[in-house]
Amino acid sequence: MDEASLGAMLASTLRLATPLILCALAGLFSERSGVVDIGLEGKMLFAAFAAGAAGAAYGSTPIALVAAMAVSVALSWMHGFACVSYRGDQVVSGVAINIIAVGLTVVLGIAWFHQGGQTPPVDTSVRIQPLFPEAGTWLSGIPLVGRVLGEGLLVHSALVYFAYALVPAVWWLVFRTRFGLRLRAVGENPQMVDAAGVSVKRLRYTALTLNGMLCGLAGSYLVLAQSANFSANMTAGRGFMALAALIFGRWHPVGALWACLLFGFLDAAAIRMQGVPMPLVGEVPVQFIQALPYVLTVVLLAGFIGKAVAPQALGKPYLKER
Amino acid sequence: MSAPVPMPRWADLVLLPAVCLLVALLVAAAVVAMVGQSPTEVISALVQGAFGTLRGLSYTLYYATTFIFTGLAVAVAFHGGLFNIGGEGQAVMGGLGTGLAALFLSHSLPVWAMLPVMLAAGVLFGLMWAAVPAYLQAYRGSHVVITTIMFNFIASSVLVYLLVNHLRPKGTMAIESVTFADSAKLPGMHQALAWIGVEWPASPLNLSLVLALLACVGVYLFMWRSRAGYRLRAVGSSPSAAEYAGINSRHQTLIAMSISGALAGMVGMNEIAGVSGKLILEFVSGAGFTGIAVALMGRNHPVGIIFASILFGALFQGGAEVAFDVPGFSRDMVVMLQGFIVLFSGAMTYVIAPWVAAALRFLPGARHG
Repeated sequence: MDEASLGAMLASTLRLATPLILCALAGLFSERSGVVDIGLEGKMLFAAFAAGAAGAAYGSTPIALVAAMAVSVALSWMHGFACVSYRGDQVVSGVAINIIAVGLTVVLGIAWFHQGGQTPPVDTSVRIQPLFPEAGTWLSGIPLVGRVLGEGLLVHSALVYFAYALVPAVWWLVFRTRFGLRLRAVGENPQMVDAAGVSVKRLRYTALTLNGMLCGLAGSYLVLAQSANFSANMTAGRGFMALAALIFGRWHPVGALWACLLFGFLDAAAIRMQGVPMPLVGEVPVQFIQALPYVLTVVLLAGFIGKAVAPQALGKPYLKER
Repeated sequence: MSAPVPMPRWADLVLLPAVCLLVALLVAAAVVAMVGQSPTEVISALVQGAFGTLRGLSYTLYYATTFIFTGLAVAVAFHGGLFNIGGEGQAVMGGLGTGLAALFLSHSLPVWAMLPVMLAAGVLFGLMWAAVPAYLQAYRGSHVVITTIMFNFIASSVLVYLLVNHLRPKGTMAIESVTFADSAKLPGMHQALAWIGVEWPASPLNLSLVLALLACVGVYLFMWRSRAGYRLRAVGSSPSAAEYAGINSRHQTLIAMSISGALAGMVGMNEIAGVSGKLILEFVSGAGFTGIAVALMGRNHPVGIIFASILFGALFQGGAEVAFDVPGFSRDMVVMLQGFIVLFSGAMTYVIAPWVAAALRFLPGARHG
């Protein structure tokens, strides 16, 4: 590999990891508060549709972003209504969100845009552009690493940098603030939080709201930065991969970041390694690389490489005693 | 999964699911109306397409066959207190097992030996694919919901890998295996009925329907008429009480998931042995998830599952017909409705139940059910 392709590899790893990070952080808020979120995939898909539809209809980036986040927050609240306000099954509710998203986005897409479920491409001015278009050349004077870093790190859009900046922000919020302490407590032992006079419901709804906003960003990234329009089922399992990354990162923002980067790297590598023989092992089948994130997560969950311990109250509805 | 609100047994078993289904249908109808279609027109075209002709009915039952398998799979796991989201992956692996058996043996075995071997291979593959997550839950503490989701993705990668790299004949573009020899073809229902002198239009409906109904009977007998089924349900309703009674809940987890995976694995008999006659890529296409909706609607009981499967079969078949008749309609509306049914029959039953109970209180005589 030469410098240019190393730079491109680094760049596409960071790009592919971005929606995973946003989505995994979304899942982190929800699951740390004790609410299982299988519906990440569906919320991201719906947000992508909302961003594509609003972006195409109104030609404005802020409106597209707000629409995506609003739709996704609404779905989070629906999840909360079924599973926090009432004691519905959190996994079933998440599955429902995923199935509804697959069907309803296409139904609405056909009705509104008549393009077989796609949205028309959003205008270039609506798309989120690289922050510094010429940045790739800034460091090219530095020998060896200049091009790799320049073309790998500096060519991205604001949303990519924002996603990476969110990781320490979320860490600080969850582990260094009063809200974060309560959030983690409500995921471990809601009875205790209730006894301390803090509302379990309000905490979980707050977590779900943050969850919806981040899922909305993840979905809009797919439409406004990655491709230019919404197409049917375009999330293609990224929500589940983000969930896997969250678990692989042991429900910790920094751990999740590394997991997302690893999965993003595998995704980028799978595209490049097709048909290319590797030293020692020969040609690695692309399906193997694609399945690797899931295999690794199962192995980790099984406790064969370290231990992933979920929040204690995860998936258990909380009934306030009267 | 019983309702928290006290209500008569008939209301809990029949009325509440019916109300949940009605709410889902109403919401779906509202969406249909919102996108400028007439719900009544869509429904009448749907019913006509699904039940109006013998051919339509055959397609409905063909879809229903697959849903019975995946629905039973979800239900058995539910009774063991487990949520098997992996029906999709287990069905993929089951079909792979069925297909592999046919590819390697169909030229040497006669039909009476070939079909049982294919069934056994499918069952075994599905069973193994569910037993691993079950083992990991029982003995390594990883949650079965997450592992089965991961196993869905791994299963689809395995199938793609094998088809693309090994099973596809050299030089062909289509990602599918060679066609099996005739001995590996499960007879279609029209052929079977022709043997006894009944004329029936040709359709994908095949003898797997009989297998599916037998599976329903088997699940019923096992679950409610055998000690093993009792143990399984005991663990499902209260693991700690079952443990006191001397039941090993870890074994029950393994048993529940194995049966569940075996049932999902039978999907291959319908889709691969009954219809395609070769190993193809998209033969499950979401049926594993439809199974969740079917089990929720059928209240995890074989009889309920048969009805729910026929409903979903009708939706899929009718949906395909409506797509031809009504411009702007697509089968995605059926997927959407499926999602609403999971939402209202599954996640929101506790929201709806108090309303049903309140409504019942106004009905004199229903109080002492």
